[in-house]
Amino acid sequence: MDLTLRVWRQAGPDRPGAFEEYRAREISEDASFLEMLDVVNERLTLEGKEPITFDHDCREGICGTCGIMINGKPHGGQKGTATCQLHMRKFGNGDVIVVEPWRAAGFPVLKDLMVNRSAFDRIIEAGGYIGVDVGSAPEANLIPVPKAVSELAMDAAACIGCGACVAACPNNAAQLFTAAKVAHLNLLPQGQPERFARVEAMVDTMERFFGSCTNHGECEAACPKSISIDFIALLNKDYVRAKRINRAMVSRA
Amino acid sequence: MTTTQAPARRQYPWPIEFYRSAVGKKWVMGVTGIVLIGYLIFHTIGNLKIYLGAEEIDSYGEALRDLGGHLVPRTSLLWLMRGGLLVCAVLHIHSAATLTATNWKARSGRYHVRDYAVASYASRSMRATGVIVVFFLLFHLADLTWGVTPAASDVYARGAIYANMIASFERIPVAILYVIANLSLAPHLYHGTWSLFQSLGWNHPRFNQWRRYAAWAVTGFVVIGNLSVPIAVQLGYFD
Repeated sequence: MDLTLRVWRQAGPDRPGAFEEYRAREISEDASFLEMLDVVNERLTLEGKEPITFDHDCREGICGTCGIMINGKPHGGQKGTATCQLHMRKFGNGDVIVVEPWRAAGFPVLKDLMVNRSAFDRIIEAGGYIGVDVGSAPEANLIPVPKAVSELAMDAAACIGCGACVAACPNNAAQLFTAAKVAHLNLLPQGQPERFARVEAMVDTMERFFGSCTNHGECEAACPKSISIDFIALLNKDYVRAKRINRAMVSRA
Repeated sequence: MTTTQAPARRQYPWPIEFYRSAVGKKWVMGVTGIVLIGYLIFHTIGNLKIYLGAEEIDSYGEALRDLGGHLVPRTSLLWLMRGGLLVCAVLHIHSAATLTATNWKARSGRYHVRDYAVASYASRSMRATGVIVVFFLLFHLADLTWGVTPAASDVYARGAIYANMIASFERIPVAILYVIANLSLAPHLYHGTWSLFQSLGWNHPRFNQWRRYAAWAVTGFVVIGNLSVPIAVQLGYFD
């Protein structure tokens, strides 16, 4: 199939960017979106031009490295699918495809379609961990976890941190990412000791980089792991409790 | 000795610390929203008393002023409620304004192409509909509470609720204004009612779908109830 790409090109973080048009001829409809970009880049390289920079790693939808705004939809808009798992058969022959990077103040563009998502790392550093004893690995079934709880925690843990939620949000809020990361630890018994310190620290860090949630629901629709905004309600509930409980802990110290 | 550590930010009392966070502000918006929605429902019930006749609605107004009877000074409880509503409205608007500023700062340029999947007209127009409602509120107070012309009709008389409402709504531009204002209120009320459950963290698989139904019910009752009055006046129902 033959396509026309309108791609955002930007030489560096503080450089001006603009759209460039590229023809992508004879693309296999079995190619993934990233493989299509590989073909385009191959040809650009042979022509002696700068290839399009984009982030990618596992290409099987589990690492969260890829992520592009395709025709105004994060990851191309196919439900529960990351850019690497989106196939060209979803497009029509002769289509014009607009390709943009995630746009958010918390995700500055590094080059072309690649953005700096280390703000997510700052959020994880603030509390996305549990305390465990050192030594040999503990017996896995020592702490019983109810089935429903483990399922729910697993749904939250499915987050791959791609940033589509931030990119999709009209407010550029990172609520869905933070809610998923908080919930997958806060729901489990192993996460209880740091539960309220965690939610407070992670939310406060999140708000240094991102906007606030106004419950549009765009993040849930964009999420390649279909993580529910129900986790955001859980985050809000724990945060309000944390403000009260953490204060009580301080007063006892 | 030099230090690389940033100076510690001054810690405020915890309600202020809570309100400084965006999640806290959304919580405040939710709680004040409940108060304002509750007020709207009672206000609509009051408005509908116009269909029971002049004596019914005029004595309803008198009952509000006389709330508490001989136990408290006249109109004191009414002013207490008005004060509470004003505090809620101010907090609601202040948190909305500051959150909007935060959100605009969090953006970096718009997408060249953006195709929303689920964000509704209601959720995306909250700021616009909120501003319309505030301006309408000022007009509405001038019209039927303060009796300031030209917002109020020439025959405005304090306490004559039935006559004031009909005289006001008989003016076609005013009737249109009330219809537009209520139609702007509808999406604000719908998204606000649904959304406050999320902001306050009230989420359970058992009742999640009822949050949407509740939002439709509240919006339908308030908006249809309020719209019916200027339309009925224009259609000559009270002649």
